[in-house]
Amino acid sequence: MNKMRFAWNEFNKAPLTAKIGLLIIVVYVFVAIFAPLIAPFGESEIVGRKYLPWSNEFLLGTDNLGRDMFTRIVYGARNTVGIALITTLLAFSLGGIFGIFAAVMGGWTELVLSRVVDILMAIPSLIFSMLLLTIFGTSVISLILIIGVLDSTRVYRLARATSLNIVVMDYIDVARLRGEKIGWIIINEILPNISAPLVAEFGIRFCFVFLTISSLSFLGLGIQPPTADWGGMVRDTADLITFDDYTPLIPAAAIAILTIGVNFVVDWFLQKTSGLKDEL
Amino acid sequence: MKPTDKLLSRLNNAEVSRRDFLKKASALGIAGALPGALLSTNAVAAKPKRGGHLRIALAGGSTGDSLDPTRLTSPHINFLYYTTHAQLTEVLPNGELSPYLAESYEYGKDASEWIFKLRKGAEFHNGKTITADDVIASLDRHRGEDSASQMKSFMQEIISLKKDGDSTVIIKLQNPNVDFPTILSAPTLGILPSTNGKVEDFTVGSGAYMLEKFEPGQRSLVKRNPNFFFPDRGYVDSAEILTIADSTARQNALVTGAVDVIGDVPAATADLLARNAKIKVLDVTGMMHDTFPMLTNQAPLDNNHVRMALKLSIDREEVLEKILSGHGMVGNDHPISPVNRFFNTELEQRVYDPEKAKWHLKQAGLSKLKIKLSVSDSVYAGAVDTAVLYSEQAKKSGIEITPNRVPADGYWKDVWLKHPWCVSNWSGRPTEDWMFTQAYAATSNWNETLWKNDRFNELLVAARAELEDSKRRDMYYEMQRLVRDDGGSVVHLFANHITAYNENVGVPSKVAGNWEFDGFKMVERWWLNS
Amino acid sequence: MSNILRILFQRLALGLFTLFIVSLIIFMGITLLPGDAAEAMLGQSATPDTVAALRVQLGLDLPPHTRYFNWLLGALQGDFGTSVGSGQQISSLIGTRFANTLFLAIFAATIAVPLALILGILAALYRSSVYDRVVNVVTLASISMPEFFISYILILFVSVKAGWLPSLANVQTGVPFLVRLEMTLLPALALTLMSVAHMMRMTRASIINLLANPYIEMATLKGIKKARIITHHALPNAWAPIVNVIVLNLAYLIVGVVVVEVVFVYPGLGQLLVDSVQRRDLPVVQAACLIFAATYILLNLFADIISIVTNPRLLNPK
Repeated sequence: MNKMRFAWNEFNKAPLTAKIGLLIIVVYVFVAIFAPLIAPFGESEIVGRKYLPWSNEFLLGTDNLGRDMFTRIVYGARNTVGIALITTLLAFSLGGIFGIFAAVMGGWTELVLSRVVDILMAIPSLIFSMLLLTIFGTSVISLILIIGVLDSTRVYRLARATSLNIVVMDYIDVARLRGEKIGWIIINEILPNISAPLVAEFGIRFCFVFLTISSLSFLGLGIQPPTADWGGMVRDTADLITFDDYTPLIPAAAIAILTIGVNFVVDWFLQKTSGLKDEL
Repeated sequence: MKPTDKLLSRLNNAEVSRRDFLKKASALGIAGALPGALLSTNAVAAKPKRGGHLRIALAGGSTGDSLDPTRLTSPHINFLYYTTHAQLTEVLPNGELSPYLAESYEYGKDASEWIFKLRKGAEFHNGKTITADDVIASLDRHRGEDSASQMKSFMQEIISLKKDGDSTVIIKLQNPNVDFPTILSAPTLGILPSTNGKVEDFTVGSGAYMLEKFEPGQRSLVKRNPNFFFPDRGYVDSAEILTIADSTARQNALVTGAVDVIGDVPAATADLLARNAKIKVLDVTGMMHDTFPMLTNQAPLDNNHVRMALKLSIDREEVLEKILSGHGMVGNDHPISPVNRFFNTELEQRVYDPEKAKWHLKQAGLSKLKIKLSVSDSVYAGAVDTAVLYSEQAKKSGIEITPNRVPADGYWKDVWLKHPWCVSNWSGRPTEDWMFTQAYAATSNWNETLWKNDRFNELLVAARAELEDSKRRDMYYEMQRLVRDDGGSVVHLFANHITAYNENVGVPSKVAGNWEFDGFKMVERWWLNS
Repeated sequence: MSNILRILFQRLALGLFTLFIVSLIIFMGITLLPGDAAEAMLGQSATPDTVAALRVQLGLDLPPHTRYFNWLLGALQGDFGTSVGSGQQISSLIGTRFANTLFLAIFAATIAVPLALILGILAALYRSSVYDRVVNVVTLASISMPEFFISYILILFVSVKAGWLPSLANVQTGVPFLVRLEMTLLPALALTLMSVAHMMRMTRASIINLLANPYIEMATLKGIKKARIITHHALPNAWAPIVNVIVLNLAYLIVGVVVVEVVFVYPGLGQLLVDSVQRRDLPVVQAACLIFAATYILLNLFADIISIVTNPRLLNPK
C-alpha cells in the first residue's frame, strides 16, 4: 500500500508533460491489449469501397483495399508497439550489459567485445538486416532478433563510453579495494550513474524501431500482411500526401504521439535521477 | 469491365473515332462523368513539330545495366535499344508487323526459311554501311552455346544464317514458324556493327537517335541521327531517358516540370494526377497481365476442380477497382489480350461465383481448402494487396488463402516455379505463339504452371506452320479455351500502361500497346509543341 | 600525448583487421544468399542453360574460397575488380558516387550538428520552459516520421507548392558548386530533420545529468551565470556521450541514406549498394561496404580520441 501511495504522490508532483506522456502510454497499452474488443471490424476484413471518407460508420474512413482505417490503427497498436518494445528491450539488455561489462573489465575483454561490435557496426545496418532477413526469412521472431542485435551495438557503444567515465572515478577504485564483486559494482555504482543517457537513448531507440521496420517494408521485408503495422501503413499510402490527401498522416501521427509520450516520461525520469530541482 | 472503361480503352487505341465515342458515351449517360484528361489524350491529333529536348522518366533500370544485348535486363535498356538500335522488323502502333531495318521479308518454301532484304544505303551512326555480315554477326551472338541471352531459346531454332550478296540474309529454322519475323523485332536483336564476324562496339547502332551518354541506373542521353533511314521520323533534336525508381519522385518530377513524360504511373494516383490542368494521363490497353500460377503437378492443384474453384473465387471486378482503380481490364484466365491479333472474342468472361467454386471443391472431394499463396511486391506493385484481397474474397467459397510475403531477392529463382502457388507477371508478347510457347508449352523452361496438355501442345506446333489465317485463328481460339478451362493460372487482370505527360508534349493519334511508352518507340514517334 | 599516438596506431591496425573481417562476412553473406549473380541478372528469364553460360562468363563456377582469395589478392594490390553486372571498373563506378555521398553528408552535417548542439544547450539551459517543450515535441515528431515520408512532405511544400527548390537532386559531374548546393538542399534538410532530434536530446540529457554534480553547485554558489556554467563547466564533461551520438549520426548520414537517395534520385553510394546486393554483384558490394566500414572506423576512432582528450582521467590512467 505504501508503495502505491508513494507512486501516486510522485505522479501528483510530476509536471504536466509527464502526466500527458503517462496518459498516452496508458491509452496505447490499453488499446494494444484490448484491440479485438475496441476495433469495430476484423483486422483484415474488407468493409466497403476504398478510401471512403470519415463517417460515423468508419471513423477514419477506409484504406486502399476498403478496410476500416480505425480498426487497422487499433490492431497496429498491438503489433507495432509490441514488436518495438520487445526489440528495444532486447537491444538494451544485450548492449547495456556487455557495454558496462567491457568498461569495468577493461583489457582483453573490452578489446574483444569492442572489436566484435565495431565489426557489426561497420557493416551498413540496412544492408546487413537485408542480408540476414533474406537468409533467415522475414518472420516476426527473426525481425525482432535481427533488429534487436544490430541495435544493441549502438547501445553497447553508449553504455561503454559513459561507463568509462565512471570507471575511472575514485569511488570505483575504493569499491574494488573493498573487494566488491564486479556485479555489485555494476549494479550499485555504475548503473545509477549512467542511467540518464541510457534512458534518453531508450526513448529515441524505441521509435527508431518503427522506422527501421518501415524502411524494411520499403524494401519489401517488413511484417507479413495482412497484419497491420503503422510503419507499413505509412508506406502503403505515402504517395497520397503529394496530392494533398492526408490519409498517411494518421498512422504517422500514431507513431509520433507515442514517441512524444514516451519521451515526455523519459524527460521526467531524467530530471528525477539528476537530483535537480526545477529551478537551477 | 465497366462499359465506360472498355469504351475509353478502345478510344485510346483509336478503335473508335472521337465522334463515335461521344455518341456512345452519351448513350450510356457517362460523357459528363469522364475524367477530362483521359478523354483529351488521343482524340485530338496535331501535326508533329521538329526540335526540342524531350525528357522521359521511367521506373526500370539499375546501376548494373550493361549495353551488351546478350545481357540486356532492364526496361531502361529495352527503351534505349529501341531508340538507338534498329531491328530488322518493328511492331507498328496498330499491332501489325512491318519491315524496319529490313526493306522486306518473305518466307521461302515454307515458314522454316526466311529471306530478309536489307534497306539499301542504311548506315550505322559511325557512317559504316550496314551489310548482311553485320546482321549475321549480331544474331549469331545470341545463339552460341555460351550465350546467356534472353533470346537464346528462339535463336537456337536457327539452323543456318547465310548471306546472299551484301544485302540479303537467308535464315533457316529447325521447325516452321510463321511468327519468326516478329521475334526479330525484339529490342535485344538490334543490329550492331561487326568486324570479321565479331561485334565489339555496343554504343553504335543505326536507330533514329545516337547514343551520347549512358550512365547505368541513372540516365541516357541521345541526339537525333541525321542519316536515319526513315528521314521523316524522329522529331525532337535530343532526348534524355531517366531512371526514377520511386513512383512519387517520378510524379513530382513531372509536376515540377523537371521531366516531360513519366511512365509506370501508379493506378491509384493516376486520376489524382489528371486533376492537374497542365498534365495529361494516357491509358493504353496493353498485353501486360498479372497471374497466379499453380504448379499443376502438385496435390491438390493437380486436380482441375481445385483449380477451377480458385479461379471462381476471385472477384476480378473488385480487384480491378481496388488495385488498379479501373485502369485495366479483367482477365479471362488466359494470357491473350484484346490487342493481340487472335484474341478470342467468343469466350465467355469468367466471373466471381463462390457457389460454383464450392461445387467444384465438392467434386474434388473437399469441403474446405487451405492454401498458401507466395507473393512479393517486386513482381508488380500491388501484388501483396491483391493477394490479401483475394484471400478475403475466397473465404466465401470456403477457401482459406494465406498470403505469404517473400523477399524480393531471389524471387524468380526460389519462389517462382518452386512454391506450389505464387504470383507472376508477364509484359505480354506481340504474338499468340510467343506468349504460349514461353509460358504454357510443356517444353518451356518458363512453363510457370508445369501444365502439360497434349491437345494444347499439338495445336501450338501446328499453328506455327499454318500459313492460312482463318485456320490459325481457330487454333488459337481453341488454345485460349484450353488454357482458360484446364490451365493452371488465374489470369485475373490486364493492366493498362499509364503514361503521364505535360501539355507541351505532342502525341500521335495511335499509340502502341506492346510495351509502355508507345512500345518504347516514343522518342522516334512523339514530339514537343514548342 | 604519446599515449594518444599509441592508441591511434593501435586502433588503425585494429581497423585494418576489422576491414578484413568485414570483407569476409560480406562475402559469406552474399554467398549464403539464395541465388547468385547469374540468376539475379537473368531474373524471370533464367533458364538452366543461360545461367550456366553466364556463370562461366562471370567466373562464378569457381569454388567460393578461390573466388574470395582471388578478390583479396586483387584488393591488396589496390585492384577491386570490375562490376559483375555492367563490367565497369569499380573505381570509376564508385568514385563519383562516394564523392556525392560525402558531399551530401557533409552538407547535412554542417546544418544539423551546430543546430542540434545549440538547440540542446538551450533546452538544457531553459529546462521545462515552453521553449524546451516546443523544441522537444517538434524534433520528436520529425524523427517519428519515416524518412521517405518526411521527404515527400518537404517536396510537397517546398518544391511542388512553393516552387523554391527542385524536387530532383540528380546531380551530374561538372555541375557548378552553387547549383549543386541548390539541388541538394532539400535532401540535406530532410536528413537534418531526421538526425537533429537524436543529437539534440542527447546533448540536453548529458548536460542535465551533470548539473547535479558538486562542482556545478559550487560554480552556482560562486554566482557564475547559468549560460557560462553550461558552456564552461558542464559541456566539457558531457562531450563523451554527445560526440558518440554525433558520430553515430554522421555515420548514418553517410551510410544510411538509401531511402533519401531513392526519393530525391540522388546518385549516391547507398542506391548502388542496394542494387548490387540484389544483383549479387559481389565486387561492388565489397568495395562499397569496405568504404562505409572504413569511414565508420575512422569516425569512431575520432570519437574515442575526443572522449579521451576531454577526460583527463582517461588521458592519464593510473
